[in-house]
Amino acid sequence: MLPFLIKRLVSLCLSLVAASLVIFFVIEVVPGDPASFMLGMNAEPDTVAALRDSLGLNASIPLRYWQWVSGLLQGEFGTSYTYKVPVRELIADRIWVSLPLAALALLLSTLIAFPVGVIAAARRNSPADVSIMGVTQLGIAVPNFWFAMLLVMFFAITLRWFSAGGFPGWDAGLFAGLKALTLPAVALALPQASILARVMRSSLLDTLGEDFVRTARAKGLSQRQALWRHALRNALIPVLTIIGLQFSFLLAGAIIIENVFFLPGLGRLVFQGITQRDLIVVKSVIFLLVFAVILVTFIVDMTYAIVDPRLRRARA
Amino acid sequence: MSESPVVPKQNDAATRPGLIRVALQSPSFMIGIVLTLCFTLAALVSFVWTPFDVTQLVISDKLKTPSGLHWFGTDNFGRDIFSMVMVGARTSIAVALIAVSIGICAGVPLGLLAAARHGSLLDEVIMRTNDLVFAFPALLMAIMITAVFGPGAINAIIAIGIFNIPVFARLARGAALSLWTRDYVLAARVSGKGPARISAEHILPNITNLLIVQGTIQFSLGILAEAGLAYVGLGTQPPLPSWGRMLSDAQTMIYIAPHMAIFPGLAIVFTVLGLNLMGDGMRDIFDPKLRRAR
Repeated sequence: MLPFLIKRLVSLCLSLVAASLVIFFVIEVVPGDPASFMLGMNAEPDTVAALRDSLGLNASIPLRYWQWVSGLLQGEFGTSYTYKVPVRELIADRIWVSLPLAALALLLSTLIAFPVGVIAAARRNSPADVSIMGVTQLGIAVPNFWFAMLLVMFFAITLRWFSAGGFPGWDAGLFAGLKALTLPAVALALPQASILARVMRSSLLDTLGEDFVRTARAKGLSQRQALWRHALRNALIPVLTIIGLQFSFLLAGAIIIENVFFLPGLGRLVFQGITQRDLIVVKSVIFLLVFAVILVTFIVDMTYAIVDPRLRRARA
Repeated sequence: MSESPVVPKQNDAATRPGLIRVALQSPSFMIGIVLTLCFTLAALVSFVWTPFDVTQLVISDKLKTPSGLHWFGTDNFGRDIFSMVMVGARTSIAVALIAVSIGICAGVPLGLLAAARHGSLLDEVIMRTNDLVFAFPALLMAIMITAVFGPGAINAIIAIGIFNIPVFARLARGAALSLWTRDYVLAARVSGKGPARISAEHILPNITNLLIVQGTIQFSLGILAEAGLAYVGLGTQPPLPSWGRMLSDAQTMIYIAPHMAIFPGLAIVFTVLGLNLMGDGMRDIFDPKLRRAR
């Protein structure tokens, strides 16, 4: 296990370095002079020079990169140009909306997809299976932000069960917070649950055709027992891959869904950053999200190794 | 990431006479191709004719609900929503099609190269770069590009296109690797053909089916991504209608004119559904082994 862990850790660090280089290059090097970019065309030369100074832009590019990265390592993202506060504080406020939202959506999606996928596989070609496959095909095709609007129309405007948007903050209580995140999480979860249910079904069907399941049946287990005791665990590997991949889609999707529901999360922050040309905010949020994606991929790889010991040996 | 070795069937499936009959018997393929053709037709017709001019604002006709005159109703500027959905089809299809082409044109050669030089440093570099690009979801890529170059359809195309490159590179590499062990490739090597010629003459034709199926799926994902980007204002800019932007306009009117939100959304759903069904159907048709299993 240890050589495998070390190899994966090294590759994790390399990925993070590469990702930070890409972000730094696109945001800081490509626009030429970030200071005049942020201030716009009509800025006075003095103002631009002052901003260049305060952003440390007079240093060489490699030095600036090093300063940025060493700041990141200490948890310092820099100071927002428009808000005049450390970006760390801006992110710290908003991450407690985005992270619970993505986690809630992932939980919902998994809770829906597992039983649905297992039922479809266990009763293959039955009316239940056919309708599940039809509904999931539709679920994949629905854009989550449009589904979110339909939810608002029905549950907020017609039934008035939920508010159409906004977030009361966790200070208002756990229930109020979760209630505000319910519709957004459902909207995010639907397409992901559809994909996951289909993967679960096909992966389970593959394993149900394996020799060891036949052996289990031959020694006297019922189809149901064989499914739960032998097939399910083996069918989980592709499902885990998809759950890992889905996390990045959920984070990216959360950026859009936050805009539908006016949630004060990282998505809103990054869009404000774009309109106000606050490159420091944009750069920091993007790095954070990419960092999350890379970290989750790493965790998924580690989980494989726990679920399937064969992979540990093969890759180490 | 592990590449699952996909063993494609010989592409003589494409020329087998029974193929059209099989296609006609596959309901998902038929529904898919009909839906796809409908929207392609709407997009093409919109170049020469739409029921109303989409640039003309008729404030007196604003927020009309669907009727015989305005099939999908009108928006808050009195524009005909049916006409806008037709023109929007053009935008969506164009953006997604170009983005998929970028993915194929850059990704497939990279994947074939990595497979031809399997195990070399070049292979490693190509695949690790792919992993890196994969860590940037299309939306984050678009946000980065837009933050620096400003919003627009071209930047949306670039962002979705870059996102497509690793998808095709991985697919091409995985499929090509399994083909490199085949006897006919060995025969070609013995006869003195180099890796480039073998890739072009023996590998590529045999992975075309896979690429077409994946291309259809990526096309549908591209339509969803374009809609999402346009919805948050990072994609197609006014006055060109696009489904995503129509939905973001509709959101401000959601209390008084819900019909504005329904039709562009349905257009996205049916286009994506059509492409996905077509892709699934083609996968079954191209792969006789799967066909028998059903």
